[in-house]
Amino acid sequence: MWVFKLILRNAGRHKLRTWLTIVGLAVAVIAFIVIRTLVSSFYYSAEILPPDRLVTSNAVSFTMDLPMSYKTKIESVPGVNSVAYGTWFGGLYNNDRNNFFANFAVGPDSTYLNAYPEFIIPPDQKEAYLKEKNSALAGQQLVNRFGWKIGDVIRLTGQIYPGDWEFVLRAIYKGDKPGVDETAMMFRYDYFDDHLRETTPGMAGGVGWYIVKINDPSRSAAIAADIDALFKNSTAETLTQTEKLFTLNFLEQMSIIIRGMRILSYLIIGIILLVLANTMAMSARERLSEYAMLKTLGFRPFHLMGLVLGESLFIAALGGIVGLVLTIPINSLVARALMGYFNMIGADILTISLAIIFVLAVGIIAAIFPVYRAVKISIVDGLRNVG
Amino acid sequence: MKVPFKYSLKNVFARRLTMALTVLGIMLVSFIFAAVLMMANGVRQVLASSGSPENVVVIRESSNTEIQSFVSRYQAGIIQTLPEIAAADDGTALVTGELVVLINKNIRGTKTRANISVRGISAASMKVHKNIKLISGRMLEFGKTEIIVGKKASERFENCGLGQTITFSNTDWNVVGVFESDGSSFESEIWGDVNQFLPAFGRPVFSSMTFTMRDTSEFSAMRDRVKADPRMTVDLKQEDVYYADQSRTLVAFIEILGIFISIAFSLGAIIGAMITMYAAVANRTREIATMRALGFKRRNILIAFMAESITISILGGALGVLAASLLQTINISTINWDTFSDLSFSFTLSSSIIIQVIIFALVMGFLGGFLPAVRASRIKITEALRAE
Repeated sequence: MWVFKLILRNAGRHKLRTWLTIVGLAVAVIAFIVIRTLVSSFYYSAEILPPDRLVTSNAVSFTMDLPMSYKTKIESVPGVNSVAYGTWFGGLYNNDRNNFFANFAVGPDSTYLNAYPEFIIPPDQKEAYLKEKNSALAGQQLVNRFGWKIGDVIRLTGQIYPGDWEFVLRAIYKGDKPGVDETAMMFRYDYFDDHLRETTPGMAGGVGWYIVKINDPSRSAAIAADIDALFKNSTAETLTQTEKLFTLNFLEQMSIIIRGMRILSYLIIGIILLVLANTMAMSARERLSEYAMLKTLGFRPFHLMGLVLGESLFIAALGGIVGLVLTIPINSLVARALMGYFNMIGADILTISLAIIFVLAVGIIAAIFPVYRAVKISIVDGLRNVG
Repeated sequence: MKVPFKYSLKNVFARRLTMALTVLGIMLVSFIFAAVLMMANGVRQVLASSGSPENVVVIRESSNTEIQSFVSRYQAGIIQTLPEIAAADDGTALVTGELVVLINKNIRGTKTRANISVRGISAASMKVHKNIKLISGRMLEFGKTEIIVGKKASERFENCGLGQTITFSNTDWNVVGVFESDGSSFESEIWGDVNQFLPAFGRPVFSSMTFTMRDTSEFSAMRDRVKADPRMTVDLKQEDVYYADQSRTLVAFIEILGIFISIAFSLGAIIGAMITMYAAVANRTREIATMRALGFKRRNILIAFMAESITISILGGALGVLAASLLQTINISTINWDTFSDLSFSFTLSSSIIIQVIIFALVMGFLGGFLPAVRASRIKITEALRAE
């Protein structure tokens, strides 16, 4: 027991220094967890996509249309349950580039909504959305971002399709679990296409992508190949893949930024190691004569090692605990700040365990040099030392 | 009476391990801060060097990029005859209609597909876009299914090397040349004959028009005149402005995220500096008291300790910049959210970044050193001298 008391007393000898070190450690733990949670949030929205949903898009790139006639052809492929479709609109709310959010036209009937069972829509709102041609459906986070309410007229300025377009918000969807994207707005394809036929008929009639529900996820690769084979050597060849793969591939294109963030999360560990190592080195230097004294009293080197290592681990653990406790409110604060732009999830077990492991590792590594000095010091040198 | 700077400097190096750990902390944070600024600057540079102020890009109203834009034949005809267009040495007008589309291709050695910008060009394009230099192979022949590929696209994508054949839109295209353009975003593109690309991609019209002005000062008057023409539904932008606009989202993302992270990390370094400086003050209590007894003022002591912590921070900042400058050799690619296409760039250092990093380090040193220096200046002479 006395060992712990001594460790505690030692840690409390320079209260200010110990507290500063603990604060530093806590900041590092928070930064580590928040950064890694941001990174895993990027992937999480893709991870939770169901395996029975395929996306068929133009093989050249997703900016090219596919003919509407492909719908019935894809429906005839064995294993396909239903085919919905959408077209990227890319309009700017109030013609301001800072207001960017995903918006696209989707098939007017309920096929599209049925393909997305993770969208929870109140039945009366869904009915209103399906009844009115100019209706729009928006995610809860997007609605919160702009303070919209049901019945609001939303005006988008087309960047691809010219003109100002007006929609009436009829329905709001929520995800059935955290991580489901709630930042998109959808509206009805028939309204969109009819409007195009009046204004720019040359652009009408195209479909950006097909959402294909299949009956057996284990056959997704074969069904995708069957679909693509249908349109081989046509003017619009297709590329079919699971929606999950489609999304992951998109993320992969900015992997350098994601990887950069991962590297940064490790660098903060390095920075905090320096802080704790500095604190421990200082303490050891000041106490060299004490260590010599303890040695004359008969303490063995491993006792001294226990003292120094114990103090280092004690400070590290305290910093880790403070950090972990504060992470909860700070993570949700960051999530709230990003709401509407980016879907941030809670910290996962892996990240938290990593943080704990790193804190303990920092505690051990920071003690190496001081332990070495304490163990090595000869009694005579130590007693002569004046600090 | 001023405390000589030498006193502060000597003290910095008195305890090597502690000093090294503190400097290293500030260096790491400065390095991160510098790397973030260099990355954002790299993106900005690549896109800024794509455009020159003498050139004007014409795209459809409210489409912000060429990818989203189309210019009707009728409108293209009007643009081609604008009197403000400069003439080349051989008398031809420096104006070109171009098609820009995205194609999705595999990155070399991976299963990842990324979007490459494909630009259909005319003979005039090579004169309108400055600084295009073929570094291997030859120029494409118009009327054939030949393409030239930007240096970075050639390195990054499968089948884009000289002599290779890449297939898109049901056609095989032969890579006959690789070009450079002073590191601009054109180096991430594939160029081919616009009259081959239009039918291949099933496009009836150009995406954009680009021309060189005979006199840059005529730009605003010309833009206002064209915009007032009811037949025209186009936007005219000076080319440098157009490309700078395309770096906005990515640059803002990198900067906001990076600055946020740098500030969080700097707390660690500031605390490190604070611990070091408090220890320096505690170890020298009697020394400080003696100096005060010798006649040095509180203010002088404060300044001496601030000088010590600022020396540490400048050292850390300078080492951070030095380490970050090594990043300049690294080329990276990511998707540009404004154009949805792949963009290659490198970490680019500038004198303003060096200044910003040094200031950042100075602030860390100041914040870390101020409270300890205040404590040093407040030491009571009698008590300190009496103390053990």
